[in-house]
Amino acid sequence: MSEQSQAPVAGRGVEGVLARCREEGRAALIGYLPVGYPTVEHSIGAMTAMVEAGVDIVEVGVPYSDPLMDGEVIQIAAATALERGVRVDDVFRATAAIRAAGAPPMVMTYWNLVVRQTPEVFARRLAEAGGAGLITPDLIPDEAAEWIAASDHHGLDRSFLVAPSSPEERLRAVTSACRGFVYVASTMGVTGARSSVGGAAAELVARTRAVTDVPLCVGLGVSTREQAAEVASYADGVIVGSALVKTLQDEREPERGFPALRALVGELAAGVREGHR
Amino acid sequence: MSERTSPGPDAAEIPGRFGEFGGRFVPEALIPALEELDEARQKAMVDPEFVAELDELHRTYTGRPSIITEVPRFAAHAGGARIVLKREDLNHTGSHKINNVLGQALLTKRMGKRRVIAETGAGQHGVATATAAALMGLECTVYMGRVDTERQALNVARMRMLGAEVIPVSHGSATLKDAINEALRDWVTNVGHTHYVLGTVTGPHPFPEMVRDFHKIIGEEAHDQVLALTGRLPDAVIACVGGGSNAMGIFHRFVGEESVRLIGVEAGGEGIESGRHAARFASASPGVLHGARSYLMQDEDGQTVETHSISAGLDYPSVGPEHSFLRDTGRAEYRHATDEQAMEAFRLLCRTEGIIPAIESSHALAGAIEVGRELGPEALLLVSLSGRGDKDMHTAAEYFGLIDGQGAPTEAATGEAHSASEAAHAPEAGVQE
Repeated sequence: MSEQSQAPVAGRGVEGVLARCREEGRAALIGYLPVGYPTVEHSIGAMTAMVEAGVDIVEVGVPYSDPLMDGEVIQIAAATALERGVRVDDVFRATAAIRAAGAPPMVMTYWNLVVRQTPEVFARRLAEAGGAGLITPDLIPDEAAEWIAASDHHGLDRSFLVAPSSPEERLRAVTSACRGFVYVASTMGVTGARSSVGGAAAELVARTRAVTDVPLCVGLGVSTREQAAEVASYADGVIVGSALVKTLQDEREPERGFPALRALVGELAAGVREGHR
Repeated sequence: MSERTSPGPDAAEIPGRFGEFGGRFVPEALIPALEELDEARQKAMVDPEFVAELDELHRTYTGRPSIITEVPRFAAHAGGARIVLKREDLNHTGSHKINNVLGQALLTKRMGKRRVIAETGAGQHGVATATAAALMGLECTVYMGRVDTERQALNVARMRMLGAEVIPVSHGSATLKDAINEALRDWVTNVGHTHYVLGTVTGPHPFPEMVRDFHKIIGEEAHDQVLALTGRLPDAVIACVGGGSNAMGIFHRFVGEESVRLIGVEAGGEGIESGRHAARFASASPGVLHGARSYLMQDEDGQTVETHSISAGLDYPSVGPEHSFLRDTGRAEYRHATDEQAMEAFRLLCRTEGIIPAIESSHALAGAIEVGRELGPEALLLVSLSGRGDKDMHTAAEYFGLIDGQGAPTEAATGEAHSASEAAHAPEAGVQE
C-alpha cells in the first residue's frame, strides 16, 4: 500500500489524492493524530507510519486548551501533549514530515490558534511547511473572511463542517466556501468511537451531495474496518481519529503502539476498498 | 443599537457584533439552534404576552424591583462620596443571575424544548438555573468544575435539592471555562431537545445581547430610583466584571448618558505582576474563546491561560464582547481589585452597613472606595451589589481566620481583633488602576 502513497500529487491540496482514489473506485482514508502525543517526535513518527500503512491524507491535530468538539480520548491526548510542552510551531515540523512521506497533511485546528498568529501568517507558514490546508471545527464560513483570503493567497484547502442539523441553505453556504473536501460530521456530538455511525451520516451525505460537487469526507465515530466500509459506500473519504489515538496510549514505550497503529490503518485501508457504491 | 459600529463590510453582514468583538465561533452543528434562539428571543421581546409573563415572575418570584440602599457609614471610608447600592443580592436565589435565567427558561418552553443545561463557577448561575427548571418543570443538568464543586459544596447540594443533576468536570483546569466546554459538548449532542442557559454576556450571538437584555432591568430600575432619591444621575456606575452580566445589566441604561462614567472592576487576584489574576483588560489581547471574539488571557500560541481570583465568579479568562467594545471605544473604563482589596471591602460593608456582599460584588465595592476617594464628597456613585455573600462564608471565615483548618471557630478571631482591624485596614482598601 505504501506505493500508492508515494504517487505524485498535483498541487498542494488534497484534490489530486481524492481524484486518484475516485479513479480507483474507492473512498480515501484520512487518519487523525494530534501533534505532541505522546511526544512530538513520536507523534511525527506515528503520522509517517500511518502514511506508510495506507492512509491517503493525514489530519494533523493541533492540541488546544479548550477542545470543545473533542471527546475524551482526544481531550486527554491534547492535554497530555500540552503538559509536555507541545507548541503550535511543532505542527509545521509534522506537516513537512508527512509531505515528505508522500501524503498531504490537512491541519485540524481550533480557530484561536490561527487568530493568534493572524490567518495570513499561519497560512504562509503552513504552505511553506507542505501543508494542504485547514479543517476548522469552530470556524463557520460567515466568520472566515480573513481565512478565505489567506488560503486563496497561499493555495490552501479549506474544510468547513456540515452537521446533521444543517438545513439546506447552510449546506449550500458551507460547501460553497470549502475547497478540497467538506468535513461531514456523521452525528450530532463530539469526536470518539461509536458502536454505530448511524443512518444520519448517509442521509446527510445525500443531502450535501445534492448541493455541491466538492468531495465529502465523513468523520466522527468511525473506528473499525466494517464501519469504514459502510461509510465508504456513500462518502468520498472516511476520517478516523480517536481509534488511532488509542493505539498510542502506552505511556512507557510509545513505539509499542506503532504495530497496532499500522495494523489498524491496514484494516481501515482495506475497509475503504470494500465499500461498494 | 446606536452604540454599535460596523468597521467593515464583513462585520456588517454578521449579527451580534460589537465593533470587532462578538460573533459566532462555534461548530456548524450549533448554528441552527442559535438561529432558532435568536428568532425566538426577538419575537418574545416584543410579544406582550411574554413580556407580561416575565414581568409577573419578576414581581411575584424574583422580588423585583430590587431596592436601592444608600450606605453612608461605608461611604465614609470612600472619600465621603454618596454611595448607593443596587440590591440584586436581595433577589430570589441571592444574585442577579435569576433575571437572565427566568427569561431563558421561558424561551426554552416557547421553543418546545424540555431540558436545560448550564455551566456554573461559584454556583450562583447553576442554582438559579436549577431553580427556574424546578419552577417550570424542565430537566436540568449543571456542569461545574471539580475544583469548584469542592470549593462550593453547599451550592452543589442546593442544586441537587432542587432536582438538578450536577456533573463535576475534571478536564483541563477543572474550573468555569472547562464547565463551559463540557456544556457546549452536551449541547452539540442534545441540541434537539436541550437549551443551553448560558450564564453571562459572552458566548456566540445571540447570547451576549440576549443575556444583557434580560439584565438591563437592573440599570433601568436603578436609573429611576437614583433620580428619585437624589434628583440627579450618578457620576459613576460601578460593577464587577467576570463574564460581565451584572455590569452590562446596570450599564446598559446609562450608556447613552454621557455624564455618567461606567466603571468595571475585574479580579486582580494576587496582583497583575504575580500573573495570578483575571484582569483581562490589564494584560490580555483579543482572541476567540467559547464562541466570541473578545479580550482573552492567552499565551504566545493562543492557548488559554489559567486565571486566579478568590472569587470563583470572576475567575474566567475572557470577558463579554460588549465590554471589550465599550473599553476600546473609551465609553467604559476598567480597573481591578486584588483579592486583598476585595476582602477588605467585603469586611467593611459587613461592619459598617450590616450587609454581607458576595466576594464578586466586593470587587465593585473596592472600586467604589477608590473612585470615591478620587472624586470626593460631591460625587454620587451607583454600585451594583450583584449578589449576597452567604455562599462565601466559608472562604471569608478562612480568610479572616474565623475558623481553623477543620472548620471550627477560632478563639482569637471572634473577639476584639476585628473592631481594631477595621480602623487599621480600611485606608488600604481600594483598587489599583
